[in-house]
Amino acid sequence: MALRLIGIGAFLLGVFVLVPVFIAVTGRWDFYYTLTSVALLSVGAAGVWLTFYIGRINIGQGAYALVGGYVSAILVMKAGFSFWVTLPLAGVACALISVVIGLPILRLRGVYFAMVTLVLTEVARLTALALPVTNGAKGITSIPLPGELSILGLTIIPDFAGLANPKLAFYLMGAALMALTYLVLWRIVNSRLGHLCRSLQQNEELAASIGVNTAMLRVLAYSISSFFGGIAGAMFVAISQSIYPSSFVVTDSVNFMLYCFLGGLGYVFGPMLGTLLLYFGWDLLSVAKQYQLLIYSGSMIALMLVLPNGLLSLFDKKESRQ
Amino acid sequence: MEQILANGLYLGAQYALIALGLTLIFSLMNVLNFAHGQMYVFGGFVTYTVVAQFGLPFIVGLVASAAVLAVLGGLIEKFLFRPVIRRSKREESTMLLAAGIAFFLDAVILLLFGEKQRGVPKIVNGVFNWDMRIIMPYDRILIGILAITLIVSFILFMQYSRTGRAMRALAQDRMAAQLMGVDVDRYSMIGFALGAMLAGLVGGLLVTITGINLGMGGPTSVKAFLMIMIGGAGVISGAIAGGFILGMMESVGLTLLAAYGDITYLVIFATLMVFLAIRPQGLMGKPWG
Repeated sequence: MALRLIGIGAFLLGVFVLVPVFIAVTGRWDFYYTLTSVALLSVGAAGVWLTFYIGRINIGQGAYALVGGYVSAILVMKAGFSFWVTLPLAGVACALISVVIGLPILRLRGVYFAMVTLVLTEVARLTALALPVTNGAKGITSIPLPGELSILGLTIIPDFAGLANPKLAFYLMGAALMALTYLVLWRIVNSRLGHLCRSLQQNEELAASIGVNTAMLRVLAYSISSFFGGIAGAMFVAISQSIYPSSFVVTDSVNFMLYCFLGGLGYVFGPMLGTLLLYFGWDLLSVAKQYQLLIYSGSMIALMLVLPNGLLSLFDKKESRQ
Repeated sequence: MEQILANGLYLGAQYALIALGLTLIFSLMNVLNFAHGQMYVFGGFVTYTVVAQFGLPFIVGLVASAAVLAVLGGLIEKFLFRPVIRRSKREESTMLLAAGIAFFLDAVILLLFGEKQRGVPKIVNGVFNWDMRIIMPYDRILIGILAITLIVSFILFMQYSRTGRAMRALAQDRMAAQLMGVDVDRYSMIGFALGAMLAGLVGGLLVTITGINLGMGGPTSVKAFLMIMIGGAGVISGAIAGGFILGMMESVGLTLLAAYGDITYLVIFATLMVFLAIRPQGLMGKPWG
């Protein structure tokens, strides 16, 4: 327990103090944008990981990120909401949609579920193109930066537009969101709900036979997963101040899944590590110019060959080697 | 009307051929081959190189595509999928590998062939015109017939050859096949090579008509997934049915829905969702894949 607290403390210290100090010292201000993206992507990946936890391969997180982004953008632009109100609303909207979609499709398993969710991303993109409220291919642009958040006159988060360094503010915001998400995820996994999810992952029929309401449980897990996707998408829109139907495409959905795989499906913090390595690695590899994709994918394949159960399996207790 | 049907048939034959390769790989190894679209593009570029740059006849290009992709597929199975499947705890891990291979092939294609749209000159000139009811260029008809011939010979091969029988046994029950003396490793490799070869052949066929470019891989994979979802994953008849159904839907949809803008695929996807809610395993698939 003490070890765990130290670990958490070190993690928070690293994210909120050491990284900004490091960036201030080296002057690589561009890292802020990359790291903010990592933080937000890992929020989405946390959702995908949760669907993996009930034994479903989810390649549709991009759809929910897109929906969340549009919900936030439309509420801010058309209804004049504050961004901070739209952030949870985007998540809730995604959760509601995912209940409607999830009820039929969660009956599918294995590759069938995977393929349907993949198609879902395409559906989201095409819907965004076809609907009038989303403004088609032109997208929604020049969305204002998040305003001030205050309760009873007490400012909790200052107006982003008035800040000297909005990049740092976005980074801290993204990192806080990430820490909160993983806290929630960790709590879910180590609760009764988490144990039930594990029973689904192992054998759904058996779980149902001893009285687990599998249908309710998988919809619940899927809607939590989509909630994460929605808030990640909404936050992204706030940073880029624009959203297009192509903001989140099939590739993004696949990437969300890859982050989970790379970190390891059996570890709560796997998706975070996977996102950091893949996204940051991709960014660093841009020095390799035309060989960027070659090295990136090559090392991904090599990693898979060496550690097929994810990076964090490196720290597993020495199991019987097969 | 006749025109729509003819277009649908032509498209369907191409699609069915792509879906066949994907479904073969899936049924043998339970691997969802994300790289299928990239293999298709690769095949197209091989044909382009042989035909347009070396100036050899089209049929040589087609054979070269098939050979290159078959070797590539065999190597990928032997050195990448086999060790990972053996050592990973969850079989979904192969998806990361498959996606990695898809990126890798994209990178290789980019380095070898560049990012330009490529095509080869028409192999046959002229347009078939039946009383203004069906108008179709001769080369499309030729490609359509070639595709159907390939599908038929693939079915015959799977049905009557020793290798085909072994692969069908493997798809039905891996353990039982092994106990009956089927060399599982060998036939998995042959199956993967065959699946990749089919993708390469379609690439080689279509480069004469639509041309080929780097960006076509991903969308092709998505379409192939659609087809095997319609027909049922891992079933040969399902893949063929799925291919033709998607081809028809696209052809009919593009005509009927043209007035409402570009929503054909949205309608197809929505229909598919409803269909899968009623019949999750597709038309002919086994329950739970």
